[in-house]
Amino acid sequence: MKFAVLVFPGSNCDIDAVKAVEDVLQQPVDTVWHTTSDLSEYDCIIVPGGFSYGDYLRCGAMASLSPVMEAVKVEAAKGKFIVGICNGFQILTETGLLPGALRHNDTMQFRCDITPLVVENADTPFTREYSKGDVINIPIAHGEGNYIADEETLARLNSNNQVVFRYHECNPNGSVERIAGICNEAGNVLGMMPHPERAVSDLLGSADGKAFFTSILKAWEARVHDHQRA
Amino acid sequence: MMTARIHVTLKASVLDPQGSAVTKSLHALGYDEVADVRIGKYLEVKVNTTDRAVAEERITEMCEKLLANTVIEKYEFQLVEA
Repeated sequence: MKFAVLVFPGSNCDIDAVKAVEDVLQQPVDTVWHTTSDLSEYDCIIVPGGFSYGDYLRCGAMASLSPVMEAVKVEAAKGKFIVGICNGFQILTETGLLPGALRHNDTMQFRCDITPLVVENADTPFTREYSKGDVINIPIAHGEGNYIADEETLARLNSNNQVVFRYHECNPNGSVERIAGICNEAGNVLGMMPHPERAVSDLLGSADGKAFFTSILKAWEARVHDHQRA
Repeated sequence: MMTARIHVTLKASVLDPQGSAVTKSLHALGYDEVADVRIGKYLEVKVNTTDRAVAEERITEMCEKLLANTVIEKYEFQLVEA
């Protein structure tokens, strides 16, 4: 399985994502510069955290217009697995691949802490190695992770099971309904503010993010297996 | 040449944490009459055109595509000769 980790000017979690894929999955992974316009060789594309384009105008706004994001849209439409973490989540909402938006934390503080999340949907390519209701400890590090969507969108997210993670018994940023991560309707595009790539070893304070990556590999293997049988 | 004076502000339904913090600071300074503060952005975009209708259409497009995130923000602008 081949992974791409996108790199924008100002990305700073790209190497963490690369290391997580290499260490947890031992799968090939490339860093891909934002000017690239073809991502067809990759099975999973990770849009990492950071401050793309200095967060100018709005977080993720400039990055959403880069050539590589057009390529991400093409691969997303094919059903490839797309993961946006932190700034990557902001970029995916700005491109319209995920609904809603991310605002300043209601506290106006930059929140940086290991945070408990509850797995709301364990039936996605990103969470199949967890169980619904699992509480996992994953770090957050953001100033603008306050998820917001209008009532109609929220109702749709809930009825389609698109809320994948919620903050557990806390709300570090004021997100509506404590939403920490969502997926698109098809289930192949996921965005989340917490950083599973920073929780892949007990040395880092938590290894609860490992199953996030093993889920993606298992989902891909199952897909390849189905294709071979068909 | 024309200049679009664009204001991008949060929709009324969206909480503005910066505005709330500034409201509190103004109260701390004794300005008790301050009921609310909303913070937005002001942009000046100069365009090489003299056709007002075309400029309005193009500036609207720019706001929709990039300058505002219409999920949470609204925008308005005036076009002036400059």
